[in-house]
Amino acid sequence: MSNSTQNPRGIGVSPGAAVGPVVQVRAHVRPPEHEPAAADPVAEHARIKEVFESVARTLEERAAGADETAQQILTATALIARDKGLAKGVLKELNAGKGPTRAVTDAVGTYAAQFEALGGYFAERVTDLKDVRNRVVARLLGQEDPGVPEFHVPSVIVAHDLAPAETATLNPTLVRAIITEAGGRTSHTAILAAQMGIPAVVQLVGARDIPAGTIVAVDGDSGEVTIDPSPAYQQELVGKRERRRTALAGSSGPGRTADGYPVKLLANIGGVEDAQSAAAQDVEGVGLFRTEFVFLSRDTAPTLEEQTDIYTKVFQPFGSRRVVVRTLDAGADKPLAFADLGPEENPALGKRGLRLSALRPELLDTQLEALSKAAKATSAEVKVMAPMVATAEEAAWFARRVRENGLPSVGVMIEVPGAAMAARHVMAEVDFGSLGTNDLAQYTMAADRMEGALSDLLDPWQPAVLAVIGAACEGAKVAGKPMGVCGEAGGDPLLALVLAGLGVNSLSMAPSKVGIVRYALGLHTMAVCQGMATAALDARTATDAHDAVLALAHEDLAALL
Amino acid sequence: MATRTVTIASSVGLHARPASLFVQAAGESGLDIEIGRPGEEAVDATSILGVMALGAKHGEEVVLTAEGEGADEALDALVTLLSRDLDAE
Repeated sequence: MSNSTQNPRGIGVSPGAAVGPVVQVRAHVRPPEHEPAAADPVAEHARIKEVFESVARTLEERAAGADETAQQILTATALIARDKGLAKGVLKELNAGKGPTRAVTDAVGTYAAQFEALGGYFAERVTDLKDVRNRVVARLLGQEDPGVPEFHVPSVIVAHDLAPAETATLNPTLVRAIITEAGGRTSHTAILAAQMGIPAVVQLVGARDIPAGTIVAVDGDSGEVTIDPSPAYQQELVGKRERRRTALAGSSGPGRTADGYPVKLLANIGGVEDAQSAAAQDVEGVGLFRTEFVFLSRDTAPTLEEQTDIYTKVFQPFGSRRVVVRTLDAGADKPLAFADLGPEENPALGKRGLRLSALRPELLDTQLEALSKAAKATSAEVKVMAPMVATAEEAAWFARRVRENGLPSVGVMIEVPGAAMAARHVMAEVDFGSLGTNDLAQYTMAADRMEGALSDLLDPWQPAVLAVIGAACEGAKVAGKPMGVCGEAGGDPLLALVLAGLGVNSLSMAPSKVGIVRYALGLHTMAVCQGMATAALDARTATDAHDAVLALAHEDLAALL
Repeated sequence: MATRTVTIASSVGLHARPASLFVQAAGESGLDIEIGRPGEEAVDATSILGVMALGAKHGEEVVLTAEGEGADEALDALVTLLSRDLDAE
């Protein structure tokens, strides 16, 4: 396929292909160890204040060219750089015998600790404080600012990993592709890139060593990155992109296999803006509406009125289409200022998801009441499901509460292997199930989702993960209930065929992935999908499973991958 | 010395965007302005970190003080600012 065999290969997490010059996101520099004390603290303080001022000006310049959200963040960050209290703090540290970069770091640290202790919104501002610190420290050391440098031509962004604050300031029209050295299939970068429809590759070894300005070709499907691609290869990639566009343009409407078995194609969304953009696309509704954004970064629980208003705004754009809402999924890893249950040794295994709702039922009750009101105010087919359900009792507890609020359709996420294995009992309590393949892989393989180095174990092609999914589908069939998928696996066109073969009848994904999945389904009969499922389950390794299914795929699909 | 007492109208309290707007307005006056809870130690109203760390919530009363020429006018403008729900605008 490519023009060279030594091309680095990462994991393709957002489909598509792009060619462009590399923009390296610079890592931040730490204060040197054993930095000598300032000889003249007052003079040093004047110099440091000038650097703070220059950072403030840079931030203001960037604010001028940014969109409204980024503008607010950058303007507030500029104010922090000019803060008198912070300047006084630096002088205090200098007088205490510290060197310039250490003094800046410690003065910022004092505020950061205060804000972290305050929690909620304040804890988030720590990112801005640290951004100022990183720039000032870099400039004091005569280095360039860390983070995303300013660039004006469409480029390929390369980073160790992208922080949410960094992605917020990226101009999507200037980003051709994203490459990271760390990250994983379900990292922030991956989800954001797929949401924006930008090709992305994560886990690319040596990505940080590619010199800025180098032309690279990025294949967001195969994960291959080609440095200085030949014109022939560039043409091949462009050709592939065109073939994809042509193929996808010819398919529209509800998801169906070649022989007409319906597999609903739905979108994953996380807010009002997502809802508006997803509703404008050819999707059959929403298979996963994450409601966390309503709760996170707040000091107090959102009121019934606030929630009703937000949910109404999310449902409205979908008309009579389906919207599956996942109730609050928080816990020790996504802490809430107003429902903090304290630190936990193993947050992923702790009081999160429905377990948090069981301990703080008033939060769930308000949310369900708001959902019920918003459902009545709109014509969307609203369904509600709970995260992190492990047992039939939990499912029954949740179902009763949802139905008491007058919501007609209740479901559970299947992301705990225990719930998958006991699916016939769990599913008997509810109306539908939805496989959260990201967490299901994490728990089945005992591998932390946030741990980039364990990406291979988290591969949803792992035959063990597929077996657990198969067991859940089997249980749902016994209970006579539909089972969907709302994890990243649903957006992989080959895996989507396997899932359909296993008995899944709805797939929810980033809207940018729906087209290729619809196309893939339309090329294969249910019998072929079932054959693929059997082949994948019989495979010894994740790679074998993938290759076995690829071998069974229609040549028109294979040509696009 | 000019003094005003005002109730925070912003629904999110005096942080986020409201704090930014307040600090910018206080800075533009060019005066020494302080803000604090009644009877408590006040902070520099032009320090975003100080104002945020104050953590004044919706419905809470704060005292503004200023010295120098135009202090009354400056404080009146800030009172008007804090009496609006800045976050909703």
